[in-house]
Amino acid sequence: MADMTVNQSAVRSKPAVNVNTRAIVMGLYLVFLILPIYWLVNMSLKTNTEILSSFSLWPRDLTFQNYATILTDPSWYMGYVNSLIYVVMNTLISIVVALPAAYAFSRYSFMGDKHLFFWLLTNRMAPPAVFALPFFQLYSSVGLFDTHIAVALAHCLFNVPLAVWILEGFMRGVPKEIDETAYIDGYSFGRFFIKIFIPLIASGVGVAAFFCFMFSWVELLLSRTLTSVVAKPIAATMTRTVSASGMDWGVLAAAGVLTIVPGALVIYFVRNYIAKGFALGRV
Amino acid sequence: MEKTVNQKAWFLVLPVLLLVAFSAVIPLMTVVNYAFQDTFGNNVFFWAGLTWFEELIESDRMWAALGRQAIFSAIILAIEVPLGIFVALNMPKKGFWASFCLVLMSLPLLIPWNVVGTIWQIFGRVDIGLLGYTLDKLGISYNYTQDFYAAWITVIVMDVWHWTSLVALLAYAGLQSIPDAYYQAAKIDQASRWNVFRYIELPKMAGVLMIAILLRFMDSFMIYTEPFVVTGGGPGNATTFLSIDLVKMALGQFDLGPAAAFSLMYFLVILLISWVFYTVMTNLDKREG
Repeated sequence: MADMTVNQSAVRSKPAVNVNTRAIVMGLYLVFLILPIYWLVNMSLKTNTEILSSFSLWPRDLTFQNYATILTDPSWYMGYVNSLIYVVMNTLISIVVALPAAYAFSRYSFMGDKHLFFWLLTNRMAPPAVFALPFFQLYSSVGLFDTHIAVALAHCLFNVPLAVWILEGFMRGVPKEIDETAYIDGYSFGRFFIKIFIPLIASGVGVAAFFCFMFSWVELLLSRTLTSVVAKPIAATMTRTVSASGMDWGVLAAAGVLTIVPGALVIYFVRNYIAKGFALGRV
Repeated sequence: MEKTVNQKAWFLVLPVLLLVAFSAVIPLMTVVNYAFQDTFGNNVFFWAGLTWFEELIESDRMWAALGRQAIFSAIILAIEVPLGIFVALNMPKKGFWASFCLVLMSLPLLIPWNVVGTIWQIFGRVDIGLLGYTLDKLGISYNYTQDFYAAWITVIVMDVWHWTSLVALLAYAGLQSIPDAYYQAAKIDQASRWNVFRYIELPKMAGVLMIAILLRFMDSFMIYTEPFVVTGGGPGNATTFLSIDLVKMALGQFDLGPAAAFSLMYFLVILLISWVFYTVMTNLDKREG
């Protein structure tokens, strides 16, 4: 009996203790995540002399000069423009070709479908390092080196499979009866697909587009290998400026902060789909 | 869901097939080509047979890089998976704080990889970085460009910082799918916290967790940008992982043959793991459907 009472009181008091330890664990983890990012923002708001001469947890001499440098110098801001151009191109291409394919995989079985689906997966998993040199030679030989479309096509290597898998994951949730009803009502495939089906999986298209955008945006190796001047992405601009001018930490930090902005802007809308997107539409 | 057999579905898949073939098969064939040939320039090639593969298997360089890669992947999995599960168990279930945690945790996942490198490059510097400065003031010698252990610890902590949230978010998604009735039943049985985890939460998370482990393994196995920015593969070759070594060989030294042979063996490993991944995914789909 004594045991019982002890147990019960333990059970009763548990929630209060739980909440506290939970909050502490999450608090610590989030601080660990935010601290390095905070430091980058902190540095971007300091002058170089302040960065190098004194050590402070927040900018004493608040300046936006570093951001001004980037936003007024074409060799800097064109990096963002170039990145945005090929990322948007890649996202559009990936989604447009992936939509019908994902529909086929989710609705029909056909010869070789499983093999094809698996082959797509291997391309998502393929290391860009393996493809860097052949891509360089392929795009040089067809005269596409240093163009935006070259990077956009190269990123299709992993983004098209990603989009197909994510969209397939969303499409399997749509009951097949909807398709059949539409066909009975006399819809052609094209009209049904655009008018009825795509609106139904609009959130899936949004998530797939977000992930294509993201993975193309964060990639450095291929975009750096395939460009030199005209289409040079921001990531490459950053690395080259570090080695050339050496120590312009403030501008480097500001450039870093600006590359985080696109992700940070939409993060709230995709928060419930992040896991699904990274796990290729499963989960 | 029952699928109808329809061979015309091939037409829907065709654009994807052509596009991915253009960006995957043609380059891969070039790699295969180089792997079996030798050249003295001017685009004149000789059949080299298996020379490159033999050379590669005998060379210490590839084995050393592979060894470092395996150790790196093992360490980050050993840290990120338990930590990710632990974080997921402590996340708020719903409401404002759940969204708050989700948003903040997703943030590192969406940062460009070279910026992740830059962040840690700055953060770890003794003169201007918070981490390096603090460690220095505490009297711990820490220099990731010179010291072997400091370089490894920096790269590992960076990866934990970057990717633990992915494991946590996937585990969290798995936990969310457990009906409340399971917990109520456990409460009636007076199951301990450990037993609830061991017999309810872990089995329910198993599939999702398997995906998380495979994803982390794959992505850590081809890690390039982050360590390249922070340490450049050094000091010496201490953090030269497979991809870094391969890029050095192919684009730095232009050793086409060995690099191509290297690529092919790399690719075979990837293929094997992709197959495991695919099997896990399809089993998961079946269980749901």
